[in-house]
Amino acid sequence: MSILVNKDTRLLVQGFTGSQATLHSEQSIEYGTNIVGGVTPGKGGQTHLGAPVFNSVHDAMEAVQPNASIIFVPAPFCKDSILEAADAGIKLIICITEGVPTLDMLIVKKRIDELGIQLIGPNCPGVITPGEAKLGIMPGSIHMAGSVGIISRSGTLTYEAVKQTTDLGLGQSTCVGIGGDPIPGTSFIDALKLFEADEQTKAIVMVGEIGGTAEEEAAEYIRDYVTKPVISYIAGQTAPAGKRMGHAGAIIAGGKGTAADKIKKLKECGVHIAENLLQIGAKAKEVLG
Amino acid sequence: MNLHEYQGKQLFAKFGLPVSKNKVITSAEDAINACRDIGGTKWVIKAQVHAGGRGKAGGVKLINTPEEAVDFSNHWLGKRLVTYQTDAQGQLVNSILIEECTDIAQELYLSAVVDRGTQRIVFIGSSEGGVNIEEVAEKTPEKIIYEPIDPLTGPMPFQARKISKILGLNPEQSKEFSKMLPQLTDLFVTHDLTLLEINPLVITQGGKLHCLDAKINIDTNAIYRQPEIQEMHDPSQEDPRESEAAMHDLSYVSLEGNIGCMVNGAGLAMGTMDTIKYFGGAPANFLDVGGTATQERVSKAFKIILADPEVKVVLVNIFGGIVRCDLIAEGILAAIEEVGVSIPVVVRLEGNNADIGSTILAESGAEIVSLNNLEDAAIKAVELSK
Repeated sequence: MSILVNKDTRLLVQGFTGSQATLHSEQSIEYGTNIVGGVTPGKGGQTHLGAPVFNSVHDAMEAVQPNASIIFVPAPFCKDSILEAADAGIKLIICITEGVPTLDMLIVKKRIDELGIQLIGPNCPGVITPGEAKLGIMPGSIHMAGSVGIISRSGTLTYEAVKQTTDLGLGQSTCVGIGGDPIPGTSFIDALKLFEADEQTKAIVMVGEIGGTAEEEAAEYIRDYVTKPVISYIAGQTAPAGKRMGHAGAIIAGGKGTAADKIKKLKECGVHIAENLLQIGAKAKEVLG
Repeated sequence: MNLHEYQGKQLFAKFGLPVSKNKVITSAEDAINACRDIGGTKWVIKAQVHAGGRGKAGGVKLINTPEEAVDFSNHWLGKRLVTYQTDAQGQLVNSILIEECTDIAQELYLSAVVDRGTQRIVFIGSSEGGVNIEEVAEKTPEKIIYEPIDPLTGPMPFQARKISKILGLNPEQSKEFSKMLPQLTDLFVTHDLTLLEINPLVITQGGKLHCLDAKINIDTNAIYRQPEIQEMHDPSQEDPRESEAAMHDLSYVSLEGNIGCMVNGAGLAMGTMDTIKYFGGAPANFLDVGGTATQERVSKAFKIILADPEVKVVLVNIFGGIVRCDLIAEGILAAIEEVGVSIPVVVRLEGNNADIGSTILAESGAEIVSLNNLEDAAIKAVELSK
């Protein structure tokens, strides 16, 4: 087992013929992901990377029945693309694009919650279940099927956690990049819930960073509902207050959202802390015994 | 992106909110006319910088003659104002706001933010204005109200009445506030704000509500659709290296240390800074060079890092995912040659073709320490920085 994606995933790519979507779709196909089609309005009827191109998600739905969608369209159009996929009935939507306006996400989040849709991102590397399906921009080669579930707000930090758990022979059940924006489609808690219920997952690595209080909320959820060991690393211990550290959501505002506060809360709630990013894998190994 | 107080008040006025009659000047010569145009015999004169704490730093003054406005302008224009919110250099004053003086009966607090927890725009109100709201929240939480706005309904009159009650408004003022709340929400949504703060919102001697200050922050992701706001951008208020980096689509934040950092990915960039600290060093900056790390971007990044005279060593940490490390290694070498880097560079390459990349760096003859392991690389960089 795994969460969210597996070998039965039938993926639709929105913004399919663009350069980023093409590059990453090629890699996903090479990894073994079943891309059943793509959408680029105005290019319906063409074939791209051996898959059919449609003018709309609704057309694709009728012709090839995708059960997940990945979005590469530019930020100003993401609100429309997410809501289009939602309206067409897709239940798992992954938005890779960075730079989606926050107020667009307030509307989108309300709508997808009403419809019971799982949105991952925006501004995220995507989701991978090693050996089965890669829906995102992460390098497939560093992954290995195994027992650690990984949830992260950061792309390259996820890769570090993946590499370390692979090198130590633990491997990953599924890796979920929830993205670095202030209003993410999927929260740490949503992903924790899924990993807790997944048999293959024996331990969970949660990579957080400064800004907001998502880690603190996750800590309380872990204390109350998660029986599996959770290892956490929080980036930004040296970040100054009031400055946006790359990610739109990574900012210490009004004294809230510091790494120290998050680490304190996580410790109180029984989460194993990797004090340094180099220790994530080792900590997971230690906890799993 | 932050706005100046006077720009915030222009937006307030545009949306029908009560602000003082005012003029903005950029030259002391205009001070006398500005006071005369506003009229009256008392004015408040305020240095315009992107920082709070101006009053205590001498950047706000009550004046009784137009000549005092000239003196104030001569004193501040072109100088830097240092407040508890700025760094030691302070912020450049290149405009000054002159306002008619408001007779204050009471100071209140009002703000709106995009709240991550409720995933709504939330209004925050308190009867305790003009002070640090975080302190109020900590010591007297009962004096603060948090009221989330449903995107479907917008702000409802009952919500205005709820906030009014905490603010301690009388029925007449509560009616005024019921008009203000939708205006503020409209402003917030129309211009993609992430923060709107009126501290203080005052009740005048005449019993009217009045916005005495304006702090506005705009969502950087939405700037593309805010032409009017783009015009308000004041690069003089930003760290020049941060502005330069932003122009090249690089995320850069300058820090106090001496180890320059160039990393792909924001999270890993923070993680790298933390690792340097962990091994006893001090990072000079945060820099996310982006996922592709091409020669062009790496060159720009080197230039920005090296513009900081404190930097003694540069640590490059790249996790090559999709992009091959051998290509990144070639890009780094070309960039070092192009920029003429004369201080030690420690490079850690990991991921796709990392071994080939390291070999290319090792055999280049350039003064580069190439290590595949972040721990070793961080320790080496710290050692070279001492």
